[in-house]
Amino acid sequence: MRSSLDENKPIFQQIREMIEDDIVNGNLKEEEQAPSTNQLVAYYKINPATVLKGFNQLVDAGILYKKRGVGMFVAAGAHQMLREQRKQAFQEQYVSSMLHEADKLGITIEEIKNMIDASKGRDN
Amino acid sequence: MPHMIRAERVSLQYQNKQVLEDISFNLEGGKIYGLLGRNGAGKTSLLSVLSAFVKATSGSITIDGQPIFENAALMEQMVFIRDVKLDEESGKAKKYIKDLSIFRPNFDLDYAEHLMQRFKLPTDTEVSKLSRGMQSALHVIIGLASRCPITIFDEAYLGMDAPAREIFYEEVLNDFMEHPRTIILSTHLISEMESMFEEVLIIDQGELILHEEAEILRDSGVSVTGAVEQVDYFVQGKHILKEQVLGGTKLVMLYGQLSEQEREEAKAMQLSLGPITLQELFIHLTKEDKQ
Repeated sequence: MRSSLDENKPIFQQIREMIEDDIVNGNLKEEEQAPSTNQLVAYYKINPATVLKGFNQLVDAGILYKKRGVGMFVAAGAHQMLREQRKQAFQEQYVSSMLHEADKLGITIEEIKNMIDASKGRDN
Repeated sequence: MPHMIRAERVSLQYQNKQVLEDISFNLEGGKIYGLLGRNGAGKTSLLSVLSAFVKATSGSITIDGQPIFENAALMEQMVFIRDVKLDEESGKAKKYIKDLSIFRPNFDLDYAEHLMQRFKLPTDTEVSKLSRGMQSALHVIIGLASRCPITIFDEAYLGMDAPAREIFYEEVLNDFMEHPRTIILSTHLISEMESMFEEVLIIDQGELILHEEAEILRDSGVSVTGAVEQVDYFVQGKHILKEQVLGGTKLVMLYGQLSEQEREEAKAMQLSLGPITLQELFIHLTKEDKQ
């Protein structure tokens, strides 16, 4: 969950990403119940139809499933599936754009590798 | 079944002034609608015609195919709440609510009671002695507790302070989920309220300039930033909302979505693309320089 929404993005997309994030980082486990529409509506003061749109996309993608009269639950395999998707996106979003910027600045692959090692050493 | 509201070529003249011009739309109902417009754009006029307080000069408003004007059965289905001053009203707030509830078949007194507590309405104070904010709260309580299939709030919350408005937004959403109905909210407090709307209508100078799903609208503007010549080249023939130059850099806001191809093109030209907010979209679509 996030404390507030970003007004620059469609809200249903943010709802979807928020739930995906919670699944990826383990806050929401498989077979656990996702937050209800009512909870999300009340918390973020958003239109219920918007929340449903986000949920429906997750159901279509096989991330959530509906238990009639109970609510939405995290599907088995959702964690793995999302991680795979994120890995692919990681390459496009981070690695490619990093190489593009490095190219502009004339940084070699060797230098990038050194930078990664240095950053890693600092973080650990 | 929600009621279908249909406006067909509605115009309103008031003392030789064209207040509304040729407005047509369909609201299928069962949703929360936002009516946005600047001060004086015609929001109140449109809602007054919609709720049959005022008769359109030409054109028609129908609900489920029936004309609304002087239609008592339909009027019972509808509540129109405006933030009018109640300085002439004698009698205590609680009695005021009770007296009005008689005209509303779905009125829920328990819910009204709950709202009075939430808004901390001093129920034993005379209506005319209530503060501006509390008079607003009183209107809002009546609007919500009436539970009319068509509930219209015309900036009814303007007198409220921020915490009271928060309560109002919460209650609208909550009660809408428990008792689905058509709710129309007019406002110019866009960034504060936009997330509540499923559909948005924007009027400007008496004309309806846009009616769209809020989520689509939130995705229908894009900002383009980059070197001046590159940006100028890229935005040729597109709907420009705003242009700004800072040194050699230019920012242009566009209305409409870019195709995948255009996005690739922008990337190749080293332009950066960003979203624009509903508030920005509204500001630039309703600028004064139209005429």
